[in-house]
Amino acid sequence: MTGTVAAAPLFDCRKAFADELIAMARADERVVVVCNDSVGSSNLVRFREEFPDRLINVGIAEQDLVGVGAGLANGGMLPFVSAAAPFLTGRALEQIKADVAYSHAHVVLCGQSPGMAYGELGPTHHSIEDLSWIRAVADLPVIVPADPAETRAALRWAAAHDGPSYLRIGRFAVPSVNPDDLVFEPGRSRQLADGDDVTVIAVGATVSRALDAAARLREEGIRLRVINMASIEPLDEEAVLRAAGETRGIVTAEEATVTGGLGAAVASLLAQRRPTPMRILGVPRTFAPTGSTEFLLGHFGLTADGIAAAARHLAGDGPR
Amino acid sequence: MLTTDGAQAERYLRLRRRLAGSDADDVAATLADLARKVRETDLAMIRRAGLGHIGSDFSVTDILVTLYGAVLSIDPRDPMAADRDRFILSKGHTAGALYVVLAQCGFFPESALETFAGPLSPLNGHPNRTKVPGVETNTGPLGHGFPVAVGTALAAKLSGSARRTFVVLGDGELQEGSNWEAAMTAGHHGLSALTAVVDRNMLQQGARTEETKRLEPLADKWVSFGWEVRECDGHDHRRLLAAFAPATGGRPVCVIAHTTKGKGVSFMEDRVEWHHKVPSAEQATAAFEELTR
Repeated sequence: MTGTVAAAPLFDCRKAFADELIAMARADERVVVVCNDSVGSSNLVRFREEFPDRLINVGIAEQDLVGVGAGLANGGMLPFVSAAAPFLTGRALEQIKADVAYSHAHVVLCGQSPGMAYGELGPTHHSIEDLSWIRAVADLPVIVPADPAETRAALRWAAAHDGPSYLRIGRFAVPSVNPDDLVFEPGRSRQLADGDDVTVIAVGATVSRALDAAARLREEGIRLRVINMASIEPLDEEAVLRAAGETRGIVTAEEATVTGGLGAAVASLLAQRRPTPMRILGVPRTFAPTGSTEFLLGHFGLTADGIAAAARHLAGDGPR
Repeated sequence: MLTTDGAQAERYLRLRRRLAGSDADDVAATLADLARKVRETDLAMIRRAGLGHIGSDFSVTDILVTLYGAVLSIDPRDPMAADRDRFILSKGHTAGALYVVLAQCGFFPESALETFAGPLSPLNGHPNRTKVPGVETNTGPLGHGFPVAVGTALAAKLSGSARRTFVVLGDGELQEGSNWEAAMTAGHHGLSALTAVVDRNMLQQGARTEETKRLEPLADKWVSFGWEVRECDGHDHRRLLAAFAPATGGRPVCVIAHTTKGKGVSFMEDRVEWHHKVPSAEQATAAFEELTR
């Protein structure tokens, strides 16, 4: 199954996030949302209208935000702590480590508008470090849904999972790449396109771009396997190792710094278990220039063309 | 994970029932006796481990003993009971004093104290809720416990529970901005079932608080954040008990407990170096003599 998604309708995952939270809150009175003034940007206005007491707005105070979330979990509630990803993960990283992960609190950390979703606002508002930071924390799943269905499925899983989790909720509009009835499983990837020449492992907004790359390369006779690795931590090691064995090389693509996210996770596994040629696409160790999200994704090669070029390189050079 | 010492828990619960029917003099005398035992056991534990925060432990001991001896609604046989009162030690470096108190309540066998800070011990230098029953959240870095306590108090309010939340803060810890975020949230929501206790011993690790970064006028700060403030001698169990009474004004309560770091041992009292110094054999002997005098 390989399809071109370039012309497909686009969705903002925040709407799926808000819809699913409202559905869960209707069914479970423990569900509360904790936010840091970000009611509008997290698409929580409708939740507040229906559940005014269960939207806890601690104001512009991220340390308090995460600590209060941990306390609500201790007190028997099911808190979804929602804030712009750069501030949630950067400002409150120690609270995430100590109060949530190390304390094994059932808190769902929802990083909104991640990556370079706030393109023009500049690197203070970009969240390209979150995957590296959060991956370094023990006992904390790192999940990057690729579309609305996966956003909803990941939220349902996180609500049922007796422990902490970090979900990246995308703002940049993406096409649908998963079935509506998707069931999320941690440590399980989904192969979206079959191929035995080169593998692309992608997350979030880069997944549909990888599918487009596969469609282009097919015309050149290069068969690209595309894997959606929404669960970065835990990683689907079996799928990565299988791809390393069955294809010439692996391209990873993420809207994040290449220092510690998906690419680093895959590279670490392969270096130790099955050394394989790789290309790690993402943001190099730099602060992004000014530009829209679309512009910046292109600037850093996180496009169908960029992914196709990396795959083409591996198809030609990689030892079988 | 450590587990309940059933026999000790029964003894503790009997003591609680007895104190509930006793007069103030009897309660105060019993708490003083418990505090003496806590300090002795803590001293021995720190000597054995070769590390700990003895000055800070002895500062907070009477606050802990009063809460666990006569205030908190808890059952060590059922440490996760939904409607238990919540106690959070935000100044997590005084885990030593907390561990001794929890063991005396029967949350785990006192023999576990012998492993304090040893290889693979569940009792490390800062409390871990996944290994120590009775611990609500993992603290150690300062400025963490208070926001979590605000969350537990909010959860009680949302679910209509009358349970109370107590959080103990170091005075130096109040230099962390996260505490003032939490104080503002609690004041805004009128969390009257929340009591924050400040262990006001005037010292932090490196120097006196007022020389490092001034906290005074401390009571005014809390009042301006929407809190009811009560000040008392933090080593007087009777006054602590009165200060821990429920709020009357619909606001969260801050108890500023005036304490002495190293309380009970003359050569440790109010001395900054005893924040985490370990007593020598001679000093330990002298300290035991003073504590048992």
